[in-house]
Amino acid sequence: MTSEVQTPETEPAGVHEPSEYMTLNMGPQHPSTHGVLRLLLTLDGETIVDVKPDIGYLHTGIEKNGEKLKYQQVITLTDRMGYLDNMMDELGFVLAVEKLLGIEVPERVKWIRALFCELERISSHLVWLGTHALDLGAMSVFLYCFREREKILDIKEMTSGVRMMTSYFRIGGLMADLPPEFEPRVREFLADFPHRVDEYEELLTQNELWMERTENVGLLSREDAIAWGCTGPVLRASGVFADLRKTNPYSGYENFDFEVPLGTHGDVYDRYLCRIREMRESLKIVGQALDGMPDGPWRIDDRKIVPPPKDELGTSMESLIHHFKLFTEGLRPPPGEVYQVVEGARGQQGWYVVSDGSAKPYRFHMRAPSFYNLEALPAMSKDALVADMVAIIGSTDIVLGEIDR
Amino acid sequence: MSPVVEAFVEGVIKAAIALGFLLNSFAIMTIMERKVVGRMQQRYGPNRVGPFGLLQPLADGVKLLMKEQIIPARVNVPIYIVAPTISVMVSLMAFAVIPVAPAFTAGPYRVGWWISNPNIGILYLFAVASLGVYGIVLGSWSSGNKYSLLGGLRSTAQIISYELAFGLSIVSAILLAGSLNLPEVVKVQSHLPWFILIQPLGFAIFAIGGIAETNRAPFDLPEAEQELIAGYHTEYSGFRFALYFMAEYINMVTISALATTLFLGGWLPINFGWFPGWLQWLDNFLLWVPGVLWFLAKVSFFLFAYMWLRATLPRIRYDRLMWFGWKVLLPLAVLNVLITALYVSLQ
Repeated sequence: MTSEVQTPETEPAGVHEPSEYMTLNMGPQHPSTHGVLRLLLTLDGETIVDVKPDIGYLHTGIEKNGEKLKYQQVITLTDRMGYLDNMMDELGFVLAVEKLLGIEVPERVKWIRALFCELERISSHLVWLGTHALDLGAMSVFLYCFREREKILDIKEMTSGVRMMTSYFRIGGLMADLPPEFEPRVREFLADFPHRVDEYEELLTQNELWMERTENVGLLSREDAIAWGCTGPVLRASGVFADLRKTNPYSGYENFDFEVPLGTHGDVYDRYLCRIREMRESLKIVGQALDGMPDGPWRIDDRKIVPPPKDELGTSMESLIHHFKLFTEGLRPPPGEVYQVVEGARGQQGWYVVSDGSAKPYRFHMRAPSFYNLEALPAMSKDALVADMVAIIGSTDIVLGEIDR
Repeated sequence: MSPVVEAFVEGVIKAAIALGFLLNSFAIMTIMERKVVGRMQQRYGPNRVGPFGLLQPLADGVKLLMKEQIIPARVNVPIYIVAPTISVMVSLMAFAVIPVAPAFTAGPYRVGWWISNPNIGILYLFAVASLGVYGIVLGSWSSGNKYSLLGGLRSTAQIISYELAFGLSIVSAILLAGSLNLPEVVKVQSHLPWFILIQPLGFAIFAIGGIAETNRAPFDLPEAEQELIAGYHTEYSGFRFALYFMAEYINMVTISALATTLFLGGWLPINFGWFPGWLQWLDNFLLWVPGVLWFLAKVSFFLFAYMWLRATLPRIRYDRLMWFGWKVLLPLAVLNVLITALYVSLQ
């Protein structure tokens, strides 16, 4: 992402000598660039000599817009950054603000948050698997994955009223408690889903064609992966044990028993296996969270931070004033800055929030894992073919909404 | 009427029937493919136009005809216009020698269920089918688009890597039949077992080559949607695009028909001859079903297999296809021909 990328009119370096290289513009409207990524490929035949990713086509100015909104309102924006694992985005921001405020949420809130984040990880990995397989021509897997994702979206809708942009996690707690039909629905999903993963694996894992397309493609060594700042499944597939849920637990993850799948080669196939296993591990966490879900309040009882219960508004003047003040003036964290990292579906999502004591964040910034994983793209695509490029982009599992912000 | 005129009239009538059959099968296949693949993917496929969505091909055809045919600025216009017609013409021509059912007698005339019956039918078919790549290469080159160009290059690479093995797999069938005449090949299979049983390897090579020949998944490299957008027909729109589409589907019918003729006994019924007495009625029924229906049933089986493969398999990479064609299929095909030749000469 150097300045050369911004001026696509200039020829890429190395093309000035009389060679047979061809420059191919891949994207932003290309079926396999997952949104609006643009790649400038320099090709020798179909072999890739050079790759220059060009981003910014989905720039939304979300971070800047957030400075004009109150803390509670910013949550709706975070949903729209990494829109495939948006509850992790919510969690990161909410945890950061709670850290600023110096409050601790009830146990039940932590467990519900973790449960939803793991469902979200599964749903995000399902989108990845579907689109990745579609990119490589196995189109049925795509529709199977979306069938299961639909069930997760239904669960989210049942709980928060919205299928994708839930805004369910709030500062100091949640939007509402779990509905009574939540548990049976999730249990149903828990019973069904392992067979579905088996089904995907049956179609792909030992499939000769699939292995040929993914094995030893897009190799990223351990050292390179660390040097480029990769996180999440991309880093773990290269064999690095790095999972914040284990190394740096937050939101009650220390209560759960799960494994962190690691790869050995760091090729596209390893990233595939890692994510498939992660889905199974996430399922374990969902099951444990459901079994051991503690009772208790679903938000803290601080009227300066969370609104009073609705039924008090008609009888208590004090509650009415709190309600009015909270929604007109917002909450005011003390001045300071915090950094909170959560393990998203794509890697470490870091949230940096600066408060100047007002009701709106002075600045907030997200460390988007996709951005760093994308930067490793040229390192991964050495001597690859155009067909491999598609596999490699798919295996990094980028979300452009998160990269461009 | 003089025999020349008679032959001419007969040819025209049969060609008209074959054309109608092929164009209709194209229409039916587009809807069948979407329905079959849809069902395999837990969805319905088109079901809004007409009963069960059966009029969908008509709607698609009308839409494509009415659409503006965009000619981009940088194309080589004459070649750009001619290329899709080459593809579709060649695919239609290939069907001329396919024997659908045995010849029958109608009054003073002996009529065959084929348009033409040259003694070198297989050679003709093979030659014509190989011409099909010209439509793709010319279309991709004249489009002036880099993605199209890559698609064209891939299709050339593809044709040289599978065509040899494909041809050799046919040779093994010809050796067994002792004739290049397609109706003869079928007739031989009425006293020998069907060639798929004696030539399983030859059939496997033929089937793989046939999928590559028709550019279908998992060998749909020249039009790999996710890599090359649409490959050679990226810049085509409206009815010219429909022509490419039509050529692909008619080629599928032709290859399936050829596979039926060479390896599955063409119009011959399934008749193992070892049915026990109480199953005699089934035997009689199978013999009673007309040859045309047997032929159509076998062709449909292959067409279904095409759709099944498309719904299941990922796409192969083109360097792997070449590797597979040269290093696996070709040696196997040569070996197969050698063994078959040895067997035939020893008899």
